[in-house]
Amino acid sequence: MEERTLYTVTVFSENHVGLLNQITIIFNRRRLNIETLSVSPSAIQGIHKFTITVFSDRDTIEKVVKQIDKRVDILKAYFNVDEELVHQEIALYKVSTDQLLKSGSVEELIRKHNIRILEMTETCVVFEKTGHYAENQQLFKELSETIGVLQFIRSGRVAITKSKVERLSDMLSAIEKKMHKNHE
Amino acid sequence: MQSLIAEGVDTVFGYPGGQIMPTFDALYDYMDKINHILVRHEQGAVHAAQGYARVSGKVGVALLTSGPGATNAITGIADAMLDSTPLVVIAGQVPAASLGTDAFQETDLVGVTQPLTKWSFQIRKAEDIPWAVSRAFFIAQTGRPGPVVLDITKDAQNAETEFNYEKCKFIRSYFPTPDTDPATVKEAAEIINSAKKPLALLGQGITLGRAEKEVQAFLEKAQIPAAWTLLGLSALASDHPLNMGMLGMHGNLAPNLKTNECDVLIAIGMRFDDRVTGDLNTYAKQAKIIHFDIDPSEVGKNVKPTVGVLGNVKLTIPKVARLVHEANHNSWIAEFKPLYEREYKSVIKKETEPTDGEIRMGEVVKLISDATGNDAVMVTDVGQNQMVSARYFKFKRPNSFVTSGGLGTMGFGLPAAIGAKVGAPDRTVCMFAGDGGFQMTIQELGTILQSQIGVKMIVMNNNYLGMVRQWQELFFEERYSFTTMINPDFTAIGKAYGIESRQVKKREDLADAIQDMLKDDKPYLLVVEVEKQGMVYPMTPAGTAVTNVLLGDE
Ligand SMILES: Cc1ncc(C[n+]2csc(CCOP(=O)(O)OP(=O)(O)O)c2C)c(N)n1
Ligand SMILES: [Mg+2]
Repeated sequence: MEERTLYTVTVFSENHVGLLNQITIIFNRRRLNIETLSVSPSAIQGIHKFTITVFSDRDTIEKVVKQIDKRVDILKAYFNVDEELVHQEIALYKVSTDQLLKSGSVEELIRKHNIRILEMTETCVVFEKTGHYAENQQLFKELSETIGVLQFIRSGRVAITKSKVERLSDMLSAIEKKMHKNHE
Repeated sequence: MQSLIAEGVDTVFGYPGGQIMPTFDALYDYMDKINHILVRHEQGAVHAAQGYARVSGKVGVALLTSGPGATNAITGIADAMLDSTPLVVIAGQVPAASLGTDAFQETDLVGVTQPLTKWSFQIRKAEDIPWAVSRAFFIAQTGRPGPVVLDITKDAQNAETEFNYEKCKFIRSYFPTPDTDPATVKEAAEIINSAKKPLALLGQGITLGRAEKEVQAFLEKAQIPAAWTLLGLSALASDHPLNMGMLGMHGNLAPNLKTNECDVLIAIGMRFDDRVTGDLNTYAKQAKIIHFDIDPSEVGKNVKPTVGVLGNVKLTIPKVARLVHEANHNSWIAEFKPLYEREYKSVIKKETEPTDGEIRMGEVVKLISDATGNDAVMVTDVGQNQMVSARYFKFKRPNSFVTSGGLGTMGFGLPAAIGAKVGAPDRTVCMFAGDGGFQMTIQELGTILQSQIGVKMIVMNNNYLGMVRQWQELFFEERYSFTTMINPDFTAIGKAYGIESRQVKKREDLADAIQDMLKDDKPYLLVVEVEKQGMVYPMTPAGTAVTNVLLGDE
């Protein structure tokens, strides 16, 4: 079996009910576990973008992406490895105010990890950190080992390819052209 | 209704119920335009629509109610998906306001059928009906065909709306036919021109693309021997000199062995199913492989080709054919002959021309094929009867074979044959089934009675779930766990439905009974008591190399 790599699958689709299900069942059939998933409107109105990360070998991910791409309501699906992407995740950490103050090194901590403080009450503080998975994980680890973490949540990955334009716009204009040609 | 008529639908197979009643009520007014055939079970409606679609090349339509009506249809939908059959299945659904409340006869049909369809959509507003119906027909029949489900809430069926029908010609997220890269065409032609021992594999893509003539011309020009997959049957005339027979687990010896000897393997509209390839690690490793297919996700899925040529084979094959040199591969083609003779001696002769012992399935099939001038439509059920029919029935014309290939659905035969006869009323339709599969949808005899559909039914009764028994004999030490069948008098059942029925036990009576069956265009049930513990050979055990062929005479 080939090495398993983390792949980021990007899917553009029409905004119809049930699309997420259509996509996830294709991963399920191949026994691929989705690591992270985020869904949002894309730069183009009426089109949704799914960003999915999954550990897989190259052969399998290629086949899975072809099968996703084949679904009628999917405009485009492709996959990338990390080197081809600018990607980011966001994480929130709730810690005890008491413990934080006791630790004594609040400024250092905040500077080192580029933390933003979103909320602070007598009992707890909420940090926000954006970064790569590993960076956010590192902070979680550090906090857990020192002052403890009361609650922790991270988002799925959002990603943009390093190439200049969002490929979808190229594709849409190509489709429009083709359609005009067919109608002439 | 108007939407269906706008799509040119004249035949619908269906079964009414609460949530589809408004549509059935509308149907009442359109009985002059739409021939609705009332089946006996929704699975039958879908299989009939499949049989209809496969012989006529049109989209099959099934109309059913929600809940149990819809779930009964699932087997047929899954079958159509695996065998790329264009269908539109229209089901009623509870009113939009009751969705998600576990209302009476509510099931999440769209959710359930998403992995089993090309497209599955719920219509909740009357004004969406024309849009969704036109889209459904477009999706079902373009590109690689497949089933589409429309789930229409009762209130959407009831509401009045302005009727504005525009036929769907384009969906921006859907590319039915991929662009063909000219470089792949050129590369394919070059590989074929350099071939000394080419072998072509013919799949259902040829039938679906109506590319029989183009493929034949291509094969003839370069003199390439060819073999068909189960669903590729009838894509080339059986007696064409380049036709080397069937591939796969129960296919012919020569093409299976030659798969691992050829230097170029040319797959045309087929998907390298495991029943064709056996063990992929030993499959055609010596050959350059060219894969012609309309579905990009099939190219490289099971077998990595040297070159994949995307597109409808009706267009891509002529493009390649133009660049291919006339050639002869006489000595290579001659190599198939001794293998055929070996198979004939070990298997075919005993199966089709036995002189003693019990009646063999093969002789029944051959006699019927001969008696119909090899020009009938053959529909089969699943099991030994299916494999023997596929091996020994002969074809002159395309679109003449209907079987459940990918799903292997027992019970498919009878309803599919009903649909086939409706789709090709001028042709003789012969349905072969085993005693097991026939009883899975035997209630459709009622459909034959009610709509007087002239299907010729041949039940090959071995009192066994024969194919499973064969595996038990070969791989489970003859432990016949629950494969014997105690059967009713099938002819009595046939007669109860007003169908002329006859049982044959002796070889001497067979020819006469077949003549009797074919004397007119009425339905007929012929029950042949065949060899109880017959075996289908050749056989390549599942998961082993294509060359590991058992002939049963060692
Ligand atoms: C719905 C369904 N259930 C079970 C099977 C498994 N199966 C495949 S062939 C077969 C035996 C078929 O027996 P019969 O219809 O008598 O045909 P024969 O093989 O004897 O010709 C069975 C049980 C199947 N293919 N489909
Ligand atoms: Mg049987």
